[in-house]
Amino acid sequence: MKHRKQRTYDRLTHPLVRDSRAEPFRSASWDEALERAAAGFRAARGAFGMFSCARATNEMNYVAQKFARVVMGTHNVDSCNRTCHAPSVAGLSAAFGSGGGTSSYREVEETDLIVMWGSNARFAHPIFFQHVLRGVRGGARLFAVDPRRTSTAAWADSWLGLNVGTDIPLAHALGREIIHAGLCDEAFIARATTGFDAYRELVEPWTPTAAEKVTGVPAAAIRDLAHAYARAERAQLCWTLGVTEHHNGTDNVRALINLALLTGHVGRYGAGLQPLRGQNNVQGGGDMGAIPDRLPGFQDVRDPAVRHKFEQAWGAELAPRHGLNLTGMFEAMESRELRAVYCVGENPAQSEADAEQAVRRLRRLDFLVVQDIFLTRTAELADVVLPATAAWCETDGTTTNSERRVQRVRKALRPPGDAREDIDILCALAARLGHEWKYAGAEAVWDELRDLSPDHHGMTYPRLEEHQGLQWPCPDERDTGPGYLHGRLWDPDPARRGPPAPFGLVRHDPPVDLTDEDFPLRLTTGRRLDSYNTGVQSGSFASPLRRGEYVELCPEDAASYGVATGDLVRVVSRRGAVEAPVWIDTGLRPGLAFMTMHFPDEVDTNRLTIEANCPIAGTAEFKASAIRIETAVAAGAASAGRS
Amino acid sequence: MTAVPLRPPRRLLEFTLDGEQTRAPEGATILDACRAAGKDIPTLCQGDTLTPKNACRTCVVEVEGARTLVPACARGAEAGMEIRTDTPRVRHSRKVVLELLASSVDLSTTPGVQDWLKEYGAEPARFGPDAATVNETPRVDNDLYVRDYDKCILCYKCVDACGEQWQNTFAIATAGRGFDARISTEFDAPLTDSACVYCGNCIEVCPTGALSFKTEFDMRADGSWDPSRQTETTTVCAYCGVGCNLTLHVQDNEIVKVSSPHDNPVTHGNLCVKGRFGYQHVQQGRR
Repeated sequence: MKHRKQRTYDRLTHPLVRDSRAEPFRSASWDEALERAAAGFRAARGAFGMFSCARATNEMNYVAQKFARVVMGTHNVDSCNRTCHAPSVAGLSAAFGSGGGTSSYREVEETDLIVMWGSNARFAHPIFFQHVLRGVRGGARLFAVDPRRTSTAAWADSWLGLNVGTDIPLAHALGREIIHAGLCDEAFIARATTGFDAYRELVEPWTPTAAEKVTGVPAAAIRDLAHAYARAERAQLCWTLGVTEHHNGTDNVRALINLALLTGHVGRYGAGLQPLRGQNNVQGGGDMGAIPDRLPGFQDVRDPAVRHKFEQAWGAELAPRHGLNLTGMFEAMESRELRAVYCVGENPAQSEADAEQAVRRLRRLDFLVVQDIFLTRTAELADVVLPATAAWCETDGTTTNSERRVQRVRKALRPPGDAREDIDILCALAARLGHEWKYAGAEAVWDELRDLSPDHHGMTYPRLEEHQGLQWPCPDERDTGPGYLHGRLWDPDPARRGPPAPFGLVRHDPPVDLTDEDFPLRLTTGRRLDSYNTGVQSGSFASPLRRGEYVELCPEDAASYGVATGDLVRVVSRRGAVEAPVWIDTGLRPGLAFMTMHFPDEVDTNRLTIEANCPIAGTAEFKASAIRIETAVAAGAASAGRS
Repeated sequence: MTAVPLRPPRRLLEFTLDGEQTRAPEGATILDACRAAGKDIPTLCQGDTLTPKNACRTCVVEVEGARTLVPACARGAEAGMEIRTDTPRVRHSRKVVLELLASSVDLSTTPGVQDWLKEYGAEPARFGPDAATVNETPRVDNDLYVRDYDKCILCYKCVDACGEQWQNTFAIATAGRGFDARISTEFDAPLTDSACVYCGNCIEVCPTGALSFKTEFDMRADGSWDPSRQTETTTVCAYCGVGCNLTLHVQDNEIVKVSSPHDNPVTHGNLCVKGRFGYQHVQQGRR
């Protein structure tokens, strides 16, 4: 095995500016850089968009969305949760009115049955998986639903290897089997849900046999999971990007939620729904209002009472409509409705599906400011680059994890060179644009947020310290919360029970990028244990496990192409082509190939992926592209491909 | 059908500790009770996140009616027990145990042990210079962490952390018997050819420094390791959304080691390779 050195990035230490994109950057003073940034934004009022950072603190996200809404007068603010878990938020809030995962990690240890759906948590969320393993060691049954037989599936009682993009048929077949076996929780359905009759009709055609034909999962395995899930006293349904990164990601999430509604596996200790979030603060970014449809505290922009509260507090008028999400903003770049972007800590030039298109659209902007700790590929396209601090170790603040636990982030290091904290930079820019915000520090920002968000009101910094983090909702300062959400659904009193949860009436819709004779292989993407996203962060440490990018094939496909491990091949989709060496993985099935997005500087996997977006959440179908493998790669290209 | 019972509330038990009436919740060990009472009991193999292994015997105490000394870390407190922690028999046993350990392995990087050697009047040198059981150079086979088995007291904590108690990777186990017993990968292969996933959860529990970050190992070698100049700051990992708490050990504005609070509800002291070792990017090009 050859260990490959990944491109590493040096920290940015000084602001960078340039007069035109044809010129190289030059170092500038903060004064000059901020003045240029302010002038550029002033000129683009009405055509401005903000990419906030799911990696930065809650406090930074709060100030960033306030900057977009108050200083620039727009709800066009979003972050990379769009590329991963926005469907989970959209699906959960459509069903329950709140976008967070419903359970705590601890509950996974004390549940009876765990379903990991489209999630290789053993690699992508290793410490969450330790909680799962404690559950398994305590006697819980584990089911893995994944096209690949992953290292997570290795721990499962049963692996349901479904075809990519057939999650809805599988979920509906499970639902139908539960109904036909008389195992649904009729009392819960009657009291706490709506739309059951329509749901029953919808799933009726999905017999286990019909589902087997579409999903590739044996009917007996479908029946087994349906009975086990419905009969369990408590069950946890956990999912990750295998469910959400599809053109119908929100529908997939709704189909999973239906199973919990059918069996009452939600709103009780040990029974719930857990989307595992991919970035340290992707939950918090949304909670803080760095999304186009919600104000801080996940409060709807279109609610007049909510808007009034924020208008009073901020002394600004807020438009009564949703802004553009990340996907919408990229489309608006194409039509020139969006002409200036302030990108904080995101790398869309490499993380968006169909990366070439993303770069072309970013180039169409009149003005781009990138605030980051590295000169990323996105920063290379900018007019002004502002050097920031690394949120997790060079600033104070909080982040919110997958179990809605708000935890303190603390400054351990002095930042390099002239790098400044995100909040500091945002406030300096706001001041140049006519808004003097005085925050004594992160805690002052947090206290402003606590006044505006009832769910966070009880979480003071001293309490967060004392309890090692608190989970929302935490409305008052004596509260530590139950740890799980939606217990109200079980309340006998209809007033306290609140609005019922509707079944999601969603239909199967296969992946957009169809396989055919020219593109016979289904490519799906994912993560490895020691690497992370576009690799800017994880590429710097000397991981003995790192082996660079490969296109992974099953032994049967490798044999039919006549390729062996290490052979360089061309991977071609309808959008682009890359060269990558072959890796043979027995966890794959014939017709299924796998790549990661960790090494875009070496192999840009997102040249292959399709920008087919979920119409509700805007997430692209990273998980399903159609490709072919071409084996005749010139020897010269082979040596150039390996540095 | 409930496969996993939820824990019932715990009662308080009454017993005497060095002649004083004491109470502890049901399920507490004698060691828990001693620590709650502010007594300093030496321990090496005991881990606050691990099941007691009873390997090192430094924590032994006397229980009225028991034929032998009992390990405080493993023995549960019981109602009516009479426990004594500082009798001549206890002190003598601890002295000999410490002498045996300190003569056979290198305890120079074991926190607390120098004080205990003094307190119990231990003289490890009395067994002569040939008492050392392992004589090998530290194993540096990767860039992340080092195994120095001259410092290993065979407490098995790393094996438990790597195995079924936490990580479930099973990269290491005890090989050999008696004087030849040691911690080993399968077929004694280098880590890079083993099942190791570099989570470093073995380093987290190692009591002697036999397992250490390569940064710490290198800095000790060149004399720059200086805990008195280090700060420890707990923050949240910047990788996935699980939200693991990291304690950054910083010397001269450089991260030199990463641990995790053992009582943290998210991690219980465990991390993955990214959280434990993936901090280099913030230091890239700083100097």
